[in-house]
Amino acid sequence: MESLTLDRLQFAFTVTYHYLFPQLTMGLAPLIVIFKSLAIWKKDEMWNEAARFWGKIFGITFLFGVVTGIPMEFQFGTNWAVFSKYAGGVIGQTLAMEGTFAFFLESSFIGLFLFGEKRLGQALHWLSAFLIFVGTWLSGWFIIATNAWMQHPVGYEVAADGSVHLTSFWSLVLNEWAVYQYMHNMGGALVTGSFAVAALGAFYILSKQQVEFGKMFVKAGVIAGCLASIWMLFPSGDWQGKMVAKHQPVTLAAMEGLFDTTEGAPLVLIGQPDMEKKRLDNAIHIPAALSFITYQRWDARVKGLNEFPEDQHPDNIPLLYYSFHIMVGLGTIFIAIMVIAAIWLWRGWLFESNWLLWILMLLFPFPFIANTVGWMTAELGRQPWLVYGLFRTEEGASHMVSSGNVMFTLLGFFGMYTVLSLLYIFLMLRRIEHGAEELTAAAAAVGGEN
Amino acid sequence: MELIWFMIVAFMLVCYVILDGFDIGAGIVHYFVGRNDAERAAVIRTIGPVWDGNEVWLLATGGVLYFAFPMLYASAFSGFYLPLIMVLWLLIMRAAGIELRHQLEHNHMWTSFWDFVFSLASILLAIFFGAALGNVIRGVPLNSEGYFFEPLFTHWGTTGETGILDWFTVLSGVVAFVALAVHGANYLAMKTEDEMNLRARKVVGVGWYALVGVTVLSLLAVMYVRPTLLDNYYALPIGWLIPLAVAASLAAMKYFNAKGQDRNAFISSGVYLAMMLGGAVFGLFPLVLPALDPANSLTVYNTRAGDYGLSVALLWWPIGIIIALGYYTFLFRTFKGKVKVGEEH
Repeated sequence: MESLTLDRLQFAFTVTYHYLFPQLTMGLAPLIVIFKSLAIWKKDEMWNEAARFWGKIFGITFLFGVVTGIPMEFQFGTNWAVFSKYAGGVIGQTLAMEGTFAFFLESSFIGLFLFGEKRLGQALHWLSAFLIFVGTWLSGWFIIATNAWMQHPVGYEVAADGSVHLTSFWSLVLNEWAVYQYMHNMGGALVTGSFAVAALGAFYILSKQQVEFGKMFVKAGVIAGCLASIWMLFPSGDWQGKMVAKHQPVTLAAMEGLFDTTEGAPLVLIGQPDMEKKRLDNAIHIPAALSFITYQRWDARVKGLNEFPEDQHPDNIPLLYYSFHIMVGLGTIFIAIMVIAAIWLWRGWLFESNWLLWILMLLFPFPFIANTVGWMTAELGRQPWLVYGLFRTEEGASHMVSSGNVMFTLLGFFGMYTVLSLLYIFLMLRRIEHGAEELTAAAAAVGGEN
Repeated sequence: MELIWFMIVAFMLVCYVILDGFDIGAGIVHYFVGRNDAERAAVIRTIGPVWDGNEVWLLATGGVLYFAFPMLYASAFSGFYLPLIMVLWLLIMRAAGIELRHQLEHNHMWTSFWDFVFSLASILLAIFFGAALGNVIRGVPLNSEGYFFEPLFTHWGTTGETGILDWFTVLSGVVAFVALAVHGANYLAMKTEDEMNLRARKVVGVGWYALVGVTVLSLLAVMYVRPTLLDNYYALPIGWLIPLAVAASLAAMKYFNAKGQDRNAFISSGVYLAMMLGGAVFGLFPLVLPALDPANSLTVYNTRAGDYGLSVALLWWPIGIIIALGYYTFLFRTFKGKVKVGEEH
């Protein structure tokens, strides 16, 4: 394999793996703040215990996010040196701001939150939970702003040596693309976090290990999960789609598998793109719906792939198409299940409906998949560009690093992350098991006081 | 403008080395200071709440280097490809060692495994960081476009087709290893009581002689490998205060160690690290990555970013760092005082 392919594989693998952890921590952080607030507001030790319980899961997940995140910043330099020279003056700003404004905040207060409750007292402990939430969400902002600049470059000029120089700080930090991408992405993190809370609650109820806390978790997870799932479709998904239609029309065509320009373009539910014959096989679609959701007119003209030169087509159209459709398909299923669960919760049927609890429990891996394919849609959709319209991916890799060396480190990352996965699963299973005992003891203690 | 950012990067790097240096150092002397499971748990607890914040200095420094000197970031990171990726793996292992150890607190196999991982990764990291600095001082085989690639080792010599490791860079690695070991032992002496405290002091006492030895040896080696490093000192004689400060900090460390003033000894080893790094940076300026062929050297001038980016960052950077120092003060105050053996979190 040539270096470029290996460089791309290594970045794709390490960033995909990395993002499994931050999506959970960014999703859990606001929920922990809510638990902690309920504990103080209602003077309810049960919610305090819930905050501690999820705090520990947050702590382990945060650690895995940190250690798998460091390689991301490094790899810009190690594997993408030519790109770094080209764009470092711009995207280095947001990456440096992440370190300065978000990482210092998170890393200081995670220790205080996990180990300092006795020393800090309740008010400061709440504050550290809140600041961790702020830190993780700020970190998300700077990364999204970095990616948004690569999707939709703004506030730059091309200097004499061919590299880009920043000309407007606020355009970079408040890029229109970043605003919509951030809202969509953070909603996705909330889906992961709230579904995890609901799933573990459902497991505790179904396995009869800890019913009281199980109900609290399911209730919190279903309410947050229902709101977050709907948010993902409307308005945030809709906004994001309109950004793609406006600034990356060829990407939209590839995502939808639309080969020919069509008036009243249909929305494809399922079907297989055939790249040789340039058509979609076995398509099931809703007539004219794509035109409507993109341009609010049933007969609007949507440009197909044939309108664009082939060297501007994303280089893996089928994978892009499937990523997008899996994301939308899962998102639709999430809304359906969570709306039902919310109604059942409201009517008081949920905790007796084992079938629905089973579904909630088994649902927890799917938000991870949906977030992953969502990001694949964004990143595959940006191809063949590293910086959209300006700088091609094939130009960006370090040309002094030979393919043998990249393969060495790629295989190393495979091995390292396999071990990390086993450790994480082991620690989570153990935490879930011990957590039930701790929660039972806590519930008994709270009951004893009353 | 590039001068300001050069000093900021140097300042952040010094902060990183002093701060993460003490927790890496604690890992190096882990087995000497902590003789049993409970004591080793105490070693981990002295750094538990702070190591992650210390490591953030590395990321923050990397970020600033990236936007202020993008060409340097591109060239150095791709040229040091293999050792840097290995540093990443070591950072992962070390973090796992620190944070996973207490997850199964009463399982001896589990804790002793992570003790080993933590200590080994700390030792290798110290040597790698030292060797990296050695490479920068020696110079690397940059081509006319400003890029290079070095294998891990070649013929162990400092000229021609160099590798990451040669006799000089290995010596630099040993200096870093000894210096961080002593720095970490000073930290542990400050943060522990009774027998652990005495053992940590003893490590400093013995390690001090090794540190003086390798420091002198490395200075001689630098003069042999890069005699031009002294040019700036002759041009600006105030620079000679730096080697004087190195000597003074070593003397002070010995004095405070003998007196049992652990905190002052720790400050002395911090000053030593700052001055050693500062001395190298002072001698190299305006080079940031010297080339074996001097015409290809990277300097602050040919690697810097555009004016606007550098000036706008001068507005947000001080704000961010002042806030960060605020968190730090709060964090270190909350966890101040000595760690007791056998205490739970």
